[in-house]
Amino acid sequence: MAKKLMKGNEAIAQAAINAGATHFFGYPITPQSELIEFMAREMPKVGACFLQAESEVAASYMVYGAAGAGARVITSTSSPGLALKQEGLTYMVSAELPAVIVNISRGGPGLGNILPQQGDYFMCTRGGGNGDYYHPCFAPASVQECADLIVEAFDIADEYRMPVLVLGDGMIGQMMEPVEIPEYKKYVPNKPWAADGNHIARGVHNRINAMDLAADVLEAKNNKIQAKLKEISEKYVKYESIDVEDADLVLVAYGTPSRACKNVLKKAKEEGLKVGLIRPISLYPFPKVAFDKINPKCKAILAVEQSCGQMIEDVRLSVLGKYPVEFFGRTGGNPIIPEQVFEKVKNILGGTK
Amino acid sequence: MLEQVIVAGFGGQGVLRVGQMIAYAGFSEGKEVTWAPSYGPEMRGGTANCSVVVSDSEIGSAQLLEADSVIAMNLPSLHKFESAVLKGGKLFINSSVIKEKATRTDISVYYIDANTVAEKIGNAKGGNMVILGAYAKVTGTVSLDSLYELVKKTFTGDKAKFVDSNIACIKAGAELV
Amino acid sequence: MAVVYKKSIALTDAPLTYCPGCTHGIIHKLVAENLVELGVYDKAIGVGPVGCSALCDFFFACDMYIAGHGRAPAVATGIKRTHPDKFVFTYQGDGDLASIGTAEIVHAAHRGEKISTIFVNNAIYGMTGGQMAPTTLVGQKATTAPYGRSEEHCGKPIRIAEMIATIEGAKFVERVSVNNPANVRKAKKAIRRAFELQLEGKGFGLVEVLSTCPTNWGYSAVNALKWLEENLIPYYPLGNYKDY
Repeated sequence: MAKKLMKGNEAIAQAAINAGATHFFGYPITPQSELIEFMAREMPKVGACFLQAESEVAASYMVYGAAGAGARVITSTSSPGLALKQEGLTYMVSAELPAVIVNISRGGPGLGNILPQQGDYFMCTRGGGNGDYYHPCFAPASVQECADLIVEAFDIADEYRMPVLVLGDGMIGQMMEPVEIPEYKKYVPNKPWAADGNHIARGVHNRINAMDLAADVLEAKNNKIQAKLKEISEKYVKYESIDVEDADLVLVAYGTPSRACKNVLKKAKEEGLKVGLIRPISLYPFPKVAFDKINPKCKAILAVEQSCGQMIEDVRLSVLGKYPVEFFGRTGGNPIIPEQVFEKVKNILGGTK
Repeated sequence: MLEQVIVAGFGGQGVLRVGQMIAYAGFSEGKEVTWAPSYGPEMRGGTANCSVVVSDSEIGSAQLLEADSVIAMNLPSLHKFESAVLKGGKLFINSSVIKEKATRTDISVYYIDANTVAEKIGNAKGGNMVILGAYAKVTGTVSLDSLYELVKKTFTGDKAKFVDSNIACIKAGAELV
Repeated sequence: MAVVYKKSIALTDAPLTYCPGCTHGIIHKLVAENLVELGVYDKAIGVGPVGCSALCDFFFACDMYIAGHGRAPAVATGIKRTHPDKFVFTYQGDGDLASIGTAEIVHAAHRGEKISTIFVNNAIYGMTGGQMAPTTLVGQKATTAPYGRSEEHCGKPIRIAEMIATIEGAKFVERVSVNNPANVRKAKKAIRRAFELQLEGKGFGLVEVLSTCPTNWGYSAVNALKWLEENLIPYYPLGNYKDY
């Protein structure tokens, strides 16, 4: 498809359809409504199924049912809705079902507000439901990346039979940018494990189940999930890194705040300060390796988040005390303002060049 | 080049549309563009605004708190965003609606009697197109021709009848400055 | 030697995990026999609940799912919307369907999902050890209602068949019991009718089956059947509530 201007929400929806998504189940919530509306309008045109569920909980289980039956399935929501979907998510991890979940995050805690915020980092990267698991989580910072990551998320989900989450903040969902969506490809499932009612031909009945009563069986399942995650952690680390090799200070930011940080880099350069940027694209697996390349004489790392500080924990785990880790954050939907971040940078560097 | 512009006004004045048209026209000229709306309860009935960035290199923040240009379509927008104009920047005021004057002296201010001009053309809702024409002419962010082409592409079928009056409004706006 | 009785091929050889005297086994058999007799076993997909029958994916020989607690109708929706040509049923208990899963069952019925639900009502939480269900009778003792269910404190038991019957999308609703051979035969017929309705593409069907829980009720198998007849049936009248 030719490049065109689209909102992030619309690009995600179109990319999912073009990736051959056969099913969408969701529940309306701002600021992801354009996404579900786009799906309602466009999915029937390619013979795909759009269904509005009675709740996010039900939507997550419709995804579970369709994924188990061999569909290429996606659901989208925003923060409080993702909290409700965690039940289905942990079941999908346990039952080894592939699906794509989109969270266009908003302000919290509680009902919060509908403005952009990054307060869902833990919920999205730590395995937000019960039990011992993680799942891949990718965070686009441009509308193009929204489209690209959705397509890849489907493939990774299928490869590992695991839900994959794409986390955008409200701003990426709402903003427009030029984007090229990959061409439409009809999805041809090849899922011999699916419980699709072909047990006679198959000669064995398939079971989609998130329960294992025997200790050893459940431990084996946990080990299998961990083994998959280990492989994903080696294969799908994604990040952007700018000028970290000789930086005196490195910013770390994901999603749209990383764009404000790019403005900061520009200002820093103008004033002769050596500031680098690490932008994690995969939040799970977190790109620890990116921190190995930082200038050993770097004075500090500055985590910039639209939250009270969540990703900063992964930053600390990545540098393991090698550098002091500072924090700049705004909440409530207040944007990250480059000038304010730059002030903080100058304070940390003490005016030295 | 890097142009950052905030367009603000009442919901219904077509401010998001003006922003989108700058973005689309810039896009059609092969530039990098972003358009980011303010969204939230304020979009329903209150003030609406959007940030547009047009650049020939990668764009950082899409959400602006200060800008090279501000287009203010109503008084609350003037009050809110006059201070957001960068030193030496440009402020476009819809003087059909806003009777106050700008207070800043370190920026260029353009008073555009947009609604009156649009009404004379017979396109009562075209005030936003008039001010868009003035903005494009003064800043050169996007060419008038790009805007005309965009109008032609936007209004097709049943709506093709709106092409001429919208182009006339853009043209009239450009001639005011 | 003539075969007078044979286990349905829609059931596996796995030993049932239900308590002695529990009527889940009978209901499994009725579902399995109907699947085979209607010729849909070869395209059937079942969804089990959380509760005593959470292991029913081992017992039914067709493709099976176990859903989250109460979510079987949503899972069945996802399956049916993926394979509209297959036969999809849910098998749920009263804690599952009538408590935590009320939203899912009401909306599956409301959408007229072309699925069939077997709702097993034994007026108690079995698997977790005899806690009060929404269907527990007033005065009936449970581990979380040790003094007997109080109407003042937690209301009267919910009547699911009657409620679902009010929903437009529900096309077949019947309450049956498996406490004696005559009722077992009627139950089989009702399940058959619900299944036929799905095959005809009419809409949602639900069969509520009154069932026993000798273990948690604290009765022998025989006395449990008697208790069901004397207590459950008067409050939960048997009969058809809807048939299109």
